[in-house]
This record gives sequence, structure tokens and C-alpha cells, in this order.
Amino acid sequence: MSVRDDILGRLRRQLGRTDSTTLAARERVEATLALRQTGPRAAADALLDRFIERARAMISSVDRCATEAEVPAHCADWLRGHGLPTTVVVVPALAALDWAGAGLEARVGAATGDDLVGVTGCFRAIAETGTLMLCSGPQSPAVNSLLPETHIAVVPRQHIVADMEAAWAEARRELSAWPRAVNFVSGPSRTADIEQTIVLGAHGPYRVHLLIVG
Amino acid sequence: MHFVSRVRQRLDDPELQRNLKRTRGRNAASRAAAVAAFPDFDAVRARATEIRASVLRDLDVWLERFEQKAIERGATVLWARDGDHACDLIIDIARRHGVRTVVKSKSMVSEEAGLNAALEAAGIRPVETDLGEYILQINDNEPPSHIIMPVIHKSKEQVSELFARVHGTAPKTDIEELTHEARAVLRPEFLGADMGLSGGNFLVAETGSVAIVTNEGNGRLCTTLPRVHVALTGIEKVIPTLEDLATLLRILPRSATGQAITNYVSMLTGPKQAGDADGPEHMYFVLVDGGRADLLGSEFEAMLRCIRCGACMNHCPVYQTIGGHSYGWVYPGPMGSVLTPLYQGLDKAMDLPHAATLCNQCGVVCPVSIPLPELMRTLREKQVERGLRPWSERIATKLWAWVAARPTLYALGTRVAVRYLRWLADGRDRIQVMGVAPGWTAQRDFPAPAAKTFRELYAERRRGGGQ
Repeated sequence: MSVRDDILGRLRRQLGRTDSTTLAARERVEATLALRQTGPRAAADALLDRFIERARAMISSVDRCATEAEVPAHCADWLRGHGLPTTVVVVPALAALDWAGAGLEARVGAATGDDLVGVTGCFRAIAETGTLMLCSGPQSPAVNSLLPETHIAVVPRQHIVADMEAAWAEARRELSAWPRAVNFVSGPSRTADIEQTIVLGAHGPYRVHLLIVG
Repeated sequence: MHFVSRVRQRLDDPELQRNLKRTRGRNAASRAAAVAAFPDFDAVRARATEIRASVLRDLDVWLERFEQKAIERGATVLWARDGDHACDLIIDIARRHGVRTVVKSKSMVSEEAGLNAALEAAGIRPVETDLGEYILQINDNEPPSHIIMPVIHKSKEQVSELFARVHGTAPKTDIEELTHEARAVLRPEFLGADMGLSGGNFLVAETGSVAIVTNEGNGRLCTTLPRVHVALTGIEKVIPTLEDLATLLRILPRSATGQAITNYVSMLTGPKQAGDADGPEHMYFVLVDGGRADLLGSEFEAMLRCIRCGACMNHCPVYQTIGGHSYGWVYPGPMGSVLTPLYQGLDKAMDLPHAATLCNQCGVVCPVSIPLPELMRTLREKQVERGLRPWSERIATKLWAWVAARPTLYALGTRVAVRYLRWLADGRDRIQVMGVAPGWTAQRDFPAPAAKTFRELYAERRRGGGQ
């Protein structure tokens, strides 16, 4: 007997399964998957304000601009204002923007260990926790929000949803193929392993800047 | 080494005591603040408990369902009888893919299995990448002392000395500099490794995914850059839907560190897809039994609800005084005092179910309502039932039971005992040295009893004609 069948067999014995209770269990499982019951959720008002407040609490910086066309110039200003490099790696989803026109040296594609600034979009942004929801794919490699020391995320205002449940619902509706990686990012990488003292930039970005568009 | 000797050693270690004191109560305070700022906490806790309990009721079917979905997405699902078997499976995977270096993000099941030693013996180099786990690995593979804060027992000076020695760098006492030194050492490891090994906080049956929560980002690096990703976790970690994940994520970080959410939550589903610029070419799940199946349907089933947040140890007065290493195996604190005897054998951890005051702080804060003190009490009962208690204790309880079943003898015995204790108290309300059992009063006083026993008072009142 395979180890798999042995383990499942022992689970069934422990549960005292018979043919009819197994059938009932399968029905319960299918019903649970179909129902997708949600747990208690907080009120879903003032999404933009809430998102900004929570994102700042998670040590993301937040800025706003009116249109997508203004994004490159805002990125350039912010980078220069913080004394950061103006060479950036941009996800393919944002390739159409005029990065060079804003004075940025932009490469479109997946980040490598040498890239210092990564620019990404986001699938959704979650107001409850100030969190970005990033779905990996050809247009949005996961490494761009991970390897560079600085991560800038472009957040279309209409992409801000109340909570993770709302984000999952939109993912089910909009994504034709489920992404390999769904990463929820709430501010810069950090650790408190030594004496419970928080240090930013443990392994991922030292800083996360959110640019809300609209 | 025996539990009592381990505890004695830890209590007599002034440096460890200083380190434990530095962070004592801090996690409890952070959790309390997070709960106070989150009005729905109790309702979410109830729902989280229900989710975990409902999965266990149909664990066989949920696992089949998870496996089916994971396979559909191109992952390979392997099943391990126990830790040793899990190590064999992972070494096989490594050999099949020509793996020389494995970068690891934190996995307690890997600690259960002793995976690092097994990999090294097979000529494969494991590199721990969680800062705490890395510190332990370069300190001669020291075991973690907390399930989410593995080096809570160390000071920055100790880390500084270790880094200077191992990295050959100038000693630093600034925690930020130490952290960034580890980052610089580990970055090339991520970029060069052939395999990434992660644990799994949850397995989502709906999508066949593993969900991993981290703050450092090492979990993301381990599961994104290397060619092979292995998720090693216990068979009890399944949850039904993405909605359930959302609920559990409201309660796990709050219970653990008081965070509303961890910096990263990664949901990983299968290997790299057509057109993807990144991600592993191969994804494996290794699902470990290791004693878990036997708990299902037993009086200890509630323990399988555990989501490994560490709140029980953060609130345990015993854990916070003796430190995690005293517990002798992978899991410390109240959850460890229940899990170690169940996974390692009742006779292998005789003292652990007794290493608690049963104050129920752990039961109160557990995010999935595990009645930890009750489980420890049940383990104590099992020890008695199986005749595992020492002969002196067995004779003493038998003797007490014999006397208690004889009212006249019992009344006489208690009258003598009360007078003896009053004599020891010598007019004070405390006994400082217990004559027959001096060990009892070595660290504390014993309250002196009332002058008469309850039965004496009752009899006097009866005689007094209802005054």
C-alpha cells in the first residue's frame, strides 16, 4: 500500500468512515466550496482614506496623481527627492508610459539582483490593511516587487477594494488563468528577530512607495 | 538530559535570564493592543475555530480535494509517513534535479524532521534564510527557542560576536547593521540556489495552493528564484476556501506579533506557467503525518486546529521564565507540552504536561480556541492510566484513595494534619519550612490552615443546635 493510501486510510479509520458517511463528507466539502462563506468583515466605507491611512501605518509612503500619464514624472520626482537612482525596471504592463520623457532610464522586463528600483502596477489594493495584491504573470513578474531595494507601485484608485474577500471575488471574475503567485505586500520587508527591534529591508525592499492614480 | 535539569540550567544562566526578561510580555502587550483595535476579534476567533474544526471533521476528503487541485496545476504531491520519510523524499527530489544548495524559509515541520542534518549527510547544503533561523544555523545548528521568534533567547551582543566570528567582519552592536550584514551574506545564496524549501501556513483546497506568511520576504525569494520549490507541511494544514484564508489571516498575525497583517502573504499555485518570467520550474508538496493522523477523532483532536501563532507561549508564565530550550523538542510552551508527548511518546516527555500552572492564559488567547490546559490535564491522566508515574507517587495516591474511602480514618488523618501544620506555622499565617516536604517551601511559603477542619466545624455547629 502506498504511504498516501496508508495515511488516508488511517484518517478514515480515525473518523470511523463508512461508505455512506464518506459520501456525506464529499457532499459537505462540495457544499462548502460552493458556498464560500465569509467570516466577520469590517465596514467598507471611505476606501481611499482608509487605504492611505493603513498603508502609511505599514510604513509605505503614499502619493497621488491625476492621470496615468503623470506617473513617470511623479516617480522621477520622488526618486530624485529621496536621492535614489533614476534607473528603473518596469513591469511589461506599464511599458507604454513615457519613462524616458520623465528623465528615467527604464528597462522593461523582469528584475534581476542588480536592479535597484522596481516599478509595478497592482491587481487590487486592500483598504482594510493598506495592502497591495500583486498577481504574477507575463505582464507582471513577481520579482519586480521583491529584488530591488526600492519598490514603487502604481495603484489605480478604482482598484482599491475593501478587503481580501472583495479582492478574491474580483480575481475569480477577472483572471482567466489563476496566477502562479498572488503576493500581498504591506510595506517594506522587515524583521524583528534580534531583540524584537524592527529593522526595515530584511531581504526584500527597504522602501515601498504607492502612487495612487485618479 | 532530564527536563528538571534543563530548567535548572536555564534558571541559573544569568545571561539567558537577562535576555528573556528583555522581551518578556512584549508580544502579549502587542497582541492586546491589536485585539483592542479590532472590534471583531472574538467573532473572527469563533469563525476561525469553526473553519479549522470543520476541516478536521472531513480531513480525508479535504486532503484528496487539495491534492487533486494541486496536481491539476502541475504540482507533485508527496506523502510522508514521518519526519525521516519526509527527509528521504526531499533528498530524492534534490538528487533528481541535481540540487546542491537549498535555501530554506522557516518551517517547523523541517525542524520536526531534522531536515538540515539529513540534507548535509546527503551532500546537499541547506541555507536557512529567516534571520533568526540563519543565526541559529551558523551557531552550530542550535535549535530555535520560539516557533516564530527563533532567537528570542539571544542578545544583540551574542549575535554580534557570532557574526564577527563566522563572517570575519568587524563586530557591530547596531541591530540594523547586523540585519543588513545578514542580508548581504544571504542575497547571493537566494540568487544561486537550486531549490527553495518553505513551510506552509495554510493549504487552500479550493485552488491547490500553499499560503505562506512572512515579514522578511525570504519566503518569497525561496519560492520564486530557485528552479525547484518544495513546500513541506503537516497534513492538518488544509483550509477550504480563499474566504477562509482571509478570515484566518485576520487572526494569525494579530495573535502572533500584534500585526494587522504580515508584510508578505504569498499564495503559490503550481510551477511557472507559459509566458511567466519567473517562478520555479517544479513544485512539490510534501505532506507529513508524523503522528497527526492518530490525533484525529481522539480526545486531542483540538490540537490539530493549531495555526502555530505562538500566542500560548507568549502568554505562558512558565515558558517566559524557563525559555524554549527547556522543553527539549521542537515545540515549546503550552502547545509544545501537548504536542511533544503526542508526537514523541507519552513516556518521552513525562514532565511537560506538568510544566504548567494551568492558569489558562494560553487557552484564553488561543486564536482557534484550543483548550490547552484541559489537554495537559488529560495527558496527566493518561500517564496515570498507563502506569507511567513514579512508584512513590503511585503508592501515595493509592494510600490517599484508601484513606479517603474510610471516613473515620480520613477525619482523624485531617485533624492530625491540620494540627501539625498549625504547629509548623507557629502562630503565623504562613509556613516557611514544610517539615515533611521541605522542597515544597524552598521557593515559597505555604498558607497555614484554619484551626479546625470543615468536618469538625460542621459537627460543632450541629451539636450547637443551629446557632
